[in-house]
Amino acid sequence: MNSYVPILVLGALSLGFAVVSIGAGALTGPKRYNRAKLDAYECGIEPTPQPVGGGRFPVKYYLTAMLFIIFDIEIVFLYPWAVHFDALGIFGLVEMVLFIVTLLAAYAYVWRRGGLEWD
Amino acid sequence: MTVVEVMFALLGVIAVGSAILVVTTQHLVHAALWLVVTLGSVAGCYLLLSAEFVAWVQVLIYIGAVVVLLLFGLMLTRAPIGQSDDLDSPLGQRIAAAVTAASAGAVLVASVVTSFRGERIDLSDDRVAGSTGDVGAAVFRSWVLPFEVLSLLLLAALIGAIVLSRRDVSAGPAGARMGVVDEFGEIAEADGVVR
Repeated sequence: MNSYVPILVLGALSLGFAVVSIGAGALTGPKRYNRAKLDAYECGIEPTPQPVGGGRFPVKYYLTAMLFIIFDIEIVFLYPWAVHFDALGIFGLVEMVLFIVTLLAAYAYVWRRGGLEWD
Repeated sequence: MTVVEVMFALLGVIAVGSAILVVTTQHLVHAALWLVVTLGSVAGCYLLLSAEFVAWVQVLIYIGAVVVLLLFGLMLTRAPIGQSDDLDSPLGQRIAAAVTAASAGAVLVASVVTSFRGERIDLSDDRVAGSTGDVGAAVFRSWVLPFEVLSLLLLAALIGAIVLSRRDVSAGPAGARMGVVDEFGEIAEADGVVR
C-alpha cells in the first residue's frame, strides 16, 4: 500500500497544477471572443455541423475495439505471471509462451486479412 | 479514523454518487462515462483493501474492456447519442428500482456484517490471501489448462470479429446469402434471394 504514496503525491501535484493554471488563466486572462475562438476545435479544419454518416461510425472500429480488448485481457494474465515469475520458473515461461503464441496466431490472422489497414 | 478509512469512505461516496448519476442521466454516453468513475472508485477501494490484483483487473477489464464495448456498442448501433427522453423512466419504475437497490444493498451489508462479526483483518500484513503472487501461483500451477484454453477463446473472438466486420472475409456462401454489408455493418442489398 505504501508504494502507492508517490503515485498519490504525483496525482495531487498534477491536479494542483491543473487547477492553478486553469484558475489563473480564467482569473487573469482577457476574455475577447470571436467566431473562430468559439468554434469547436477540429485540428484547424472547418468544423462540420453534421457528422459524416449521420453520427454513426464505420464498423471497422469494432475490430479495433476487439483487438484492444484481447490484448487487454492478455495483460491481465501477464501481470500475476510477472509478479510470480521467479517461483514459477521454466514451466511458467513455457505456459506463457504457449499463451502468447496462440494470441500471436490471432494477430497474424488479423494482419493477413488486412484488419490493420484502415482503407 | 485512519487515513485509509477516510479515503475508503470518500471513494465509497464517489462510487455511490456516480452510480446514481449513471442511472439518472439522460445521455447514454454520459451514463457510460459516469460508469468509468464508479468502477474507478471501486478499483480504488480494492486498492485500499490491499487487493492489488483485483484493483488492476477492475481497471483493465471493467474500465478498459467493458466500458469500451459499451461505447463502441453506442457508436456502431442506432443508439441515441444525444439527450433522449427514453431514458426518463416513469415514477413507478424509479420507486421499484430504488427499493430493489436498497434491499440488495441491505442484504449485502447484513451478510458481510454477520459473517465477519467485528473481526479485524490486518491489511499491513503482506501475507493476506489474494495477493498478486498468490493469484499467479493459482493460475499457473492449479489452473493451467483453463488458462491455455482461454487463449483459444480469445483467438476465436478475434477471428469472429474479423468475419463479422469485414466485407471481403464474410463473402462466402453464407455471406452472399446475407447480402452485401455496407460500411456501417448493415446489409445494403441481398443478391437474388427472396426474403
